[in-house]
Amino acid sequence: MEIVHVYSKLRSEFGRQCLFSDRPAELLLDLPPDPSLTLSFIQKSPRDQAVQACWETSEHQVNTERFETTSCGINHMEGGWPKDINPAEMEQTIRVRKKVEKDESFINSVLQLGSVMEHCIRQNNAVDIYQECFEDEEVVEEIQEPPSAKTVNIFRDPNEIKRTVTSLSWQPDGGRKLAVAYSCLEFQKSSKDISLDSYIWDIENPNRPEMMLKPTSPLVCLDYNPKDSHTLVGGSYNGQIAFWDTRKGNQPVEFSSLEHSHRDPVYKIIWLQSKTGTDAFSASTDGQVLWWDVRKLAEPTECLVLDPSREGNLDQALGATSLEFEPTMPTKFMVGTEQGLVISCNRKAKTPAEKIVCTYDSHHGPIYALQRNPFFPKNFLTVGDWTARIWSEDIKESSIMCTKYQMSYLTDACWSPVRPSVFFTVKMDGVLDVWDILFKQSDPTLSLKVCDNSLYSLSVQDNGRLVACGSQLGEATLLEICSGLSNLQKNEKSLLAAMFERESKREKILEARQREVRLKERSRSEQSREEEAGREEGEEDPKQLIARAESDFYSLVEAEVKRREKKDEEKDICEEKDVKDEEQRGTSE
Amino acid sequence: MAEVEETLKRIQGQKGVQGIIVANSEGIPIKSTLDNSSTVQYAGLIHQLVMKARSTIRDIDPQNDLTFMRVRSKKNEIMIAPDKDFFLIVI
Repeated sequence: MEIVHVYSKLRSEFGRQCLFSDRPAELLLDLPPDPSLTLSFIQKSPRDQAVQACWETSEHQVNTERFETTSCGINHMEGGWPKDINPAEMEQTIRVRKKVEKDESFINSVLQLGSVMEHCIRQNNAVDIYQECFEDEEVVEEIQEPPSAKTVNIFRDPNEIKRTVTSLSWQPDGGRKLAVAYSCLEFQKSSKDISLDSYIWDIENPNRPEMMLKPTSPLVCLDYNPKDSHTLVGGSYNGQIAFWDTRKGNQPVEFSSLEHSHRDPVYKIIWLQSKTGTDAFSASTDGQVLWWDVRKLAEPTECLVLDPSREGNLDQALGATSLEFEPTMPTKFMVGTEQGLVISCNRKAKTPAEKIVCTYDSHHGPIYALQRNPFFPKNFLTVGDWTARIWSEDIKESSIMCTKYQMSYLTDACWSPVRPSVFFTVKMDGVLDVWDILFKQSDPTLSLKVCDNSLYSLSVQDNGRLVACGSQLGEATLLEICSGLSNLQKNEKSLLAAMFERESKREKILEARQREVRLKERSRSEQSREEEAGREEGEEDPKQLIARAESDFYSLVEAEVKRREKKDEEKDICEEKDVKDEEQRGTSE
Repeated sequence: MAEVEETLKRIQGQKGVQGIIVANSEGIPIKSTLDNSSTVQYAGLIHQLVMKARSTIRDIDPQNDLTFMRVRSKKNEIMIAPDKDFFLIVI
């Protein structure tokens, strides 16, 4: 229904300004309700209507602020005496005590408490309620859980420019601290801003290093003295050796003079076992192995040039990249070189020429790690290029065991100090491999990706459970290995001894065979040389040979042709004979 | 008075008992069989422990109360029987 309101306006007033004025409301239309319309509607009852009646709630999260606690001891003084009593005075305290004792409640409570207490004491005496049951039951044998390792802590280089972790050394006697050497090994990449410091970290506190060591040039390798856990010796990038005492501060106590040190970075330094406990020796790529007495670092005590031709010629010397020393065999040591040779040396030899006992040609690249098995000193592990090899001292030709070629370069390795068949390797793709040769020889038992950049160094703590590995960007990661890989298994030693023996025997046999074959060949080649000398006159000229071959061929062909002709003739004769027979038969019939 | 003595002596006579201390609700040792310094130390420290334990039990359930406490250590065991005004410590 349309509600219309009409108003009129003169044409001449169009376009004039509108003048508004107020006026009261006017009723335009009044529509009363029409009951007849209700018939067109249907009433709907009951109706469904959802109603919600509950109190309003809201969710709220609160994070409390980090609460810092420090533990400290409190000195306890006697307190609780009533104000007028001076606790120092014996008389007063005795008086107070006597007064309390006379008190009724005191007596009652003591009696009551006494009975309760007696009950418990009697309980204690009757049965030891805290006794360890099932103590004798054997610890459940290794549940076959898969080997695992978890990261405990990561120690990051606090400086802006990250340097590579080149060496790690655990503190001896318990190993709560880890000494980490940082340096930049890439040729000429280190800028002026790079910090020279190396740090000692406490394994519980990854936020800040416990102590800083400030050498004059970045440290490439570091070693704690196994006899004295406060002293360390380190080899630096410029070839100097420095000696620290952590009790005396972070400057080196002494360092070697530039003239008598190495000319190249010192790649490995190890403490020696000696009566004074102050000897160490170091190796560097300049081809020298130097012995030092840390009380007098101005000059090395001894020097050995790694010349395989045993002439002591520095020009021919091979650069050394790793050293090996086992305290149980103090006169022998081994050096791994840049060229892939392992040189075994005897310290006690009289002449320098005799110092080098033998060499093992092992890898195609520099040997980054070299270590004897702590349980079987005759066998040692070397790592270089893309494989890790295990050698036996007696067999010089080749390794007794070798891993397959890995996907990336291996940079460091070490044996586990508790399990003779377990060793760890780190690779350039940031993977730490744990190998258990009694379990599987072809693959690592456990392979963990520790970080995205390459891992450069590795060190196992003396208890065999904690492993620290250092990466290119200055991160030292501390991992804990599962108990399956760090507890000595039954018969492990004997099984491993058998394995090593077996492999060495195999190599010996192979070697013997090779020698035999070589001998035979040699003898055969000698023989054949004699024969050749005799045969030369009877040898025909090639031209004559060709002529002979031709004539043979032609004679054969002619013989064949003649044979065929004969056959044809015979056939013709036979046919004629047949025809003749038929004719004869024909005529006879 | 005599009963108190008797009770305490009986407890002391039990096997394995090293010492007894009776302390009041403020931590002052009333009676003790140990030397003074140890007594004072034990009374003070254990008083705090008992207060804390009691408040813990009460917080969890107001109707509950602490009746007995045993603190077992490597070397010995400290048994504490608390009461309204006093507590008895046996080592």
